[in-house]
Amino acid sequence: MQYKETDALYDDLCLGIKAEWCVNEIKYYNVRTPVDPRWINYKKDMATRQVVMRAKYKTSVKDPGVQGVLIMMEDKFSFTPDDPTSSVKLNVGVGSIQKHQFTKEGNHKQALLNLTIDPSIKAGGCIFEFEKFSERDVCRDFVSKVLTKLQATKSSGKDPKLVSEKSGDEQLSTAEMELRMKLLQEDSDLQKLHKQFVISGVLTETEFWATRKELLVADVRKAPKQQVGFKSAMIADVRPLTDGRSNKVTFNLTPEIIHQIFAEKPAVHKAYLSFVPRKMSEMDFWTKYCRAEYLHRTRNAVAAAAEAAEDEELAVFLKHDEILANEARRKLRRVDPTLDMEADEGDDYMHLPDHGILRDGCKEAIDSEYDEYRRTLSQNLNRHAAVVLEGRALDVALGDTRTVAEALSRSKQAELAENLDKNAARARLERVLRMAEIEDLQDHRNLKFAPLCIKDPREYFDSQQANAIRTLDETEIGTNPINCGLSAQEAYGSLKNLISEMKRTGFSDPVVRPDVALKVLNGLTQHLSSTKFHLGKSPQESVLDTLPKRTKEELLHHWASIQELLKHFWSSYPITTTYLDTKVSRLKDAMSEIYPKLQRIKESVQSDFRHQISLLVQPMLQALDAAFAHYDANTQKRSVKGGERLNGCT
Amino acid sequence: MKFQIEEITVYFPYDHIYPEQYSYMLDLKRALDAKGHCLLEMPTGTGKTIALLSLITSYSLSKPQTPIKLLYCTRTVHEMEKTLAELRLLYTYQVKHLGESAQILAIGLSSRKNLCVNPNVVSGSTRDSVDAGCRKRTASWVRELASTNPNIETCQFFDNFDRMGSDNYVLPAGVYTLQDLRSFGKEKGWCPYYLARRMVRLANVVVYSYQYLLDPKVSGIISQEMQRECVVVFDEAHNIDNVCIEALSVSVRRQTLEGATRNLSKMAQEIDRLKATDAGRLRAEYNRLVDGLAQRGNLPITDAWLSNPALPDDILKEAVPGNIRKSEHFLSVLRRLVQYLKGRLETENVEKEGPVSFVASINAQAGIDQKMMKFFYDRLHSLMLTLEITDTDEFLHIQTICDFATLVGTYTRGFSIIIEPFDERMPHIPDPVLQLSCHDASLAIKPVFDRFQSVVITSGTLSPIDLYPRLLNFHPVISRSFTMSLTRDCICPMVLTRGSDQLPVSTKFDMRSDPGVVRNYGRLLLEMAAAVPDGIVCFFVSYSYMDGIVNSWNEVGILQEIMQHKLVFIETQDVVETTLALDNYRRACDCGRGAIFFSVARGKVAEGIDFDRHYGRLVIMYGVPFQYTLSRILLARLEYLRETFQIKEGDFLTFDALRQAAQCVGRVIRSKADYGMMIFADKRYSRHDKRSKLPGWILSHLRDAHLNLSTDMALHIAREFLRKMAQPYDKAGSSGKKTLLSQEDLEKLGDRDPADMLF
Repeated sequence: MQYKETDALYDDLCLGIKAEWCVNEIKYYNVRTPVDPRWINYKKDMATRQVVMRAKYKTSVKDPGVQGVLIMMEDKFSFTPDDPTSSVKLNVGVGSIQKHQFTKEGNHKQALLNLTIDPSIKAGGCIFEFEKFSERDVCRDFVSKVLTKLQATKSSGKDPKLVSEKSGDEQLSTAEMELRMKLLQEDSDLQKLHKQFVISGVLTETEFWATRKELLVADVRKAPKQQVGFKSAMIADVRPLTDGRSNKVTFNLTPEIIHQIFAEKPAVHKAYLSFVPRKMSEMDFWTKYCRAEYLHRTRNAVAAAAEAAEDEELAVFLKHDEILANEARRKLRRVDPTLDMEADEGDDYMHLPDHGILRDGCKEAIDSEYDEYRRTLSQNLNRHAAVVLEGRALDVALGDTRTVAEALSRSKQAELAENLDKNAARARLERVLRMAEIEDLQDHRNLKFAPLCIKDPREYFDSQQANAIRTLDETEIGTNPINCGLSAQEAYGSLKNLISEMKRTGFSDPVVRPDVALKVLNGLTQHLSSTKFHLGKSPQESVLDTLPKRTKEELLHHWASIQELLKHFWSSYPITTTYLDTKVSRLKDAMSEIYPKLQRIKESVQSDFRHQISLLVQPMLQALDAAFAHYDANTQKRSVKGGERLNGCT
Repeated sequence: MKFQIEEITVYFPYDHIYPEQYSYMLDLKRALDAKGHCLLEMPTGTGKTIALLSLITSYSLSKPQTPIKLLYCTRTVHEMEKTLAELRLLYTYQVKHLGESAQILAIGLSSRKNLCVNPNVVSGSTRDSVDAGCRKRTASWVRELASTNPNIETCQFFDNFDRMGSDNYVLPAGVYTLQDLRSFGKEKGWCPYYLARRMVRLANVVVYSYQYLLDPKVSGIISQEMQRECVVVFDEAHNIDNVCIEALSVSVRRQTLEGATRNLSKMAQEIDRLKATDAGRLRAEYNRLVDGLAQRGNLPITDAWLSNPALPDDILKEAVPGNIRKSEHFLSVLRRLVQYLKGRLETENVEKEGPVSFVASINAQAGIDQKMMKFFYDRLHSLMLTLEITDTDEFLHIQTICDFATLVGTYTRGFSIIIEPFDERMPHIPDPVLQLSCHDASLAIKPVFDRFQSVVITSGTLSPIDLYPRLLNFHPVISRSFTMSLTRDCICPMVLTRGSDQLPVSTKFDMRSDPGVVRNYGRLLLEMAAAVPDGIVCFFVSYSYMDGIVNSWNEVGILQEIMQHKLVFIETQDVVETTLALDNYRRACDCGRGAIFFSVARGKVAEGIDFDRHYGRLVIMYGVPFQYTLSRILLARLEYLRETFQIKEGDFLTFDALRQAAQCVGRVIRSKADYGMMIFADKRYSRHDKRSKLPGWILSHLRDAHLNLSTDMALHIAREFLRKMAQPYDKAGSSGKKTLLSQEDLEKLGDRDPADMLF
């Protein structure tokens, strides 16, 4: 599968799995089939996307089909068989496709996509079979999108190219869409801007988000798909339900329960992989499992032993789990030595068999004969908690028992491979040492710190710079008079004194005393950040706060929208395409709408604020004026140029 | 930091010291000066171990002409690891400040199971199989044979070690945990177990478990060579009396007797085979026995097996009686003894007897007199050496019988023999046991007091402190109980007597299975789990009670509700599972998920696992952990205590139960910066006679308002407490009362005890 997007945004959003897929498929594609040269041209001159997928082409459902590559583009679909000698080839325009059908996802069904093509162009059915439903779904979505777009163009009669450009964002995956929605919901200012410009058509969705790429990307990274762990509840401990009238007992197993059973009881998991479906059906398997569970529930070890003797498959569920025991032994080696009670037992000569006091009340004799068939709640609890703690590392959706079972065994193997870590022993030792320390007797050696996290570096540094310049000004004002009075001679003298002082006493070590340095640093940062913090917050300092609330909000909003518009405006230069040209004119119109609004604000406020407002509005107007001036100059230049060229040509 | 205690310069690896630690060191130093024994109780969470280690090593450093050696006894291997970790911290500090001269050798010693690096041997699942596996490859006769027959497997690690000769192997100075010893052994190709055994003589500090000094079977081989100039420390010694009596107790069951019969026939076969092939060896043994001692004197280190179960002073150093010198005769005597014991086990009623009458009846019915029985262990040992038996794990049964006979023959008082046809709690299952139980804790520890110049017995709970000298029969030069000065009230003990519905809660026998009590106990945990962050530990009075109550919580759905808040882990009787559960518990607390650990008072976890810091913010003690009072053995011991020491039964039982409870709840505090709550959930704790037996450091924080709480009140207090603990505070203590001393403070203090001056 391959997505091709000219829009850089989509490349950024391309997630890990997808990217991997692409690479594999491209390789495959290059090796096995010749690239359609027209596709390359296509890619060059048009903002489009296409889907390339391996599929079988068949004329009817029963037909075995021909393996090949299906390439779907916005205007046409083509199928190239692997076998170049094969006569089966397909190359149809989108316009000839009337409708499409697909099979529902299910266990034993093929992943089919049926395209009904205008019989005047090509006779016979056109069915593609895919290996996976997921692959089919990609194609299906693409077809439906293309078809709807086609319908839209037909009905509106517009140039299809324009539509495709305008609706470039329509091809966003739902996840991306949701992300944008979320961002808008979280940030009301952003939402306002979005409403103002995108909905009204000044900016397209893509343009709007193109300037906020970092928001989208950062968010994708910040929120890695959270894996859902196991529930704390012991759902694997299924309780039987009785209806009270008959002797029937009902167990309800859901995919989630089955997954937990597999994770907590490796023996059941192993048995499932080896028995189902070769030896017994899935239904039989779980019936047997529930029977064993029921026997455990009755806590009748003798009965369990008797049943197990008769039925060897049942015995698997009833006996102790060998795999667990082995795993326990393996894990024991990693345990912190200050917890290892097994080592303790190995050192205990006092309790040689039959030495010491046998029956003193705290040890209890266990009936050893049926011990194998006894399973206690404690074991279940410990096992459950351990599994919950390990977490679930499955990347498959719950549902099909078989795939879950296989995925689980894969992840177990991966875990085994990981365990061969040699540093673990040292890390454990260090941990023990650290644990041995008494913390409050120690001086603070390593001060804990929280890493500085700047959400928007540009904003931070810009504000810091402004503040720094201001403080610099202030200090200059403060120090200048002192410096002025010094002549060069005196300055030299004082420097000499300083040096001789240093020679006499030597440099202090460290040269800069850390506490002083820290103080200075703290002072600076605090000062800087506080000025930023107080800007617009302290009522004495900020002009804005003296204004009526509504006016203030309006002003801020206009400020933001002017910024947004200007950003787009300036980024459109130099104008190279007609698209940019239209965009600029759209932006210009939007900007010119703001002028009267600003004027209206000025008029609406009371007279005593008017001066301040005009002061505030001034920079905005200036910025807008500059943009207009540029726009006018540019159009003039271009018209002249265009005229010249026109003249030159003719 | 570095400071002076009288003439000793003490190197202490931290920048500050608690005043308690300073006073503790002062008392300890005085005891060392007096070359006497001492008994010191200091609350948990005040850094006892590091204070001990740092004083004793500094003491030794400042008196290089009479170096003293430290034998540090811990109850468990994991405590040994903890101690060695602290010692390493101290050692690094001392070497940094003193250089070469501070170098010492400190090793931890354990069994082959924990030290062996030979993969073929250590794969054995039990300790006995590892021991036997080692013996099969290293016994002197096996190695002799192997020198001519290359097919016989030996242990390359031991061979390498042995080849080095007794003077050439050196362990460089440093602190060696078991893991370090193993990796050192692997690197050099030497056997770490025998290396450690040899180095015990040279090491400045040896850390091992109690039994290596207290159990004559083990101490006979390990600790024989220790000099008088040793300081012996028993840490966490509140249970030392139980260890002592267990060391001298033996029980015989049906399986033992059956196994012993099998062993006897196997030995008879061996003797017959030997008669045919190498009769000279049997004759040599006989001659040696005629000449004198059963033991051959200096055995090679690998041939020594477990030692005589009787105490060294009581072992007769004379020739083995004539009628058991011949191996066939000895076997037939043993057969008669086994037969006699079988007959005794057939009883229908509980029987209790003193050793004297028991021996008399053996003499009458089986014709074995007391003198003969005394020699059984030595005679068996000699026979097994002669027969060159290597699979010692197969012969444990007959060894048990001989241990039993030797003990019965040696001691006339302080013991009793109890025959029970079935377990009291399961009368329908016949499981007869013949138990030789020791009642007198002073017997086993007496040689230790006699042999070593200073014995330090210390723990967080030794109250009442005057009881221990009586139980152990010694005279401490210093016996003192320290209080804890707290910077803030970081422990919060509470007595919970009622549930939210005002019904009393208790684990009293008639109440414990009451559904109301079970529910109230469950609700208590549920509410606390929702309010308390990180780890919660619950202690129950016994395994069966814990199983029962957890099962009923599961049935009524309380357990499911609890699991919504925290993960649940349980201690089981299987150590592997418990260890993993503990490990997972810690990880659950580390990752912030929070967890609950269900454990048993007197169990393995209560004995030595710390639940400090976030591993335990709350500990709930469900019930009063009385011993099983109907146990015959306990009754016999109580009777002995009353007759010998005039200790009342009730007093002893309460004392015993409350030291266990205090021990359980004391696990949550590790330093003064730590904090934790303790809930005693039983109405009996509100009674003065019970409560007053708790150690002083708990009592002093147990406010009157917290003596009779219901669940909702306790929850309120818990919330308040946790909120208070979350506030920042001054670690050094407020102006009037210093809880943290720096070097300067100590210099100002001079030689005075900070306890006198500051509080």
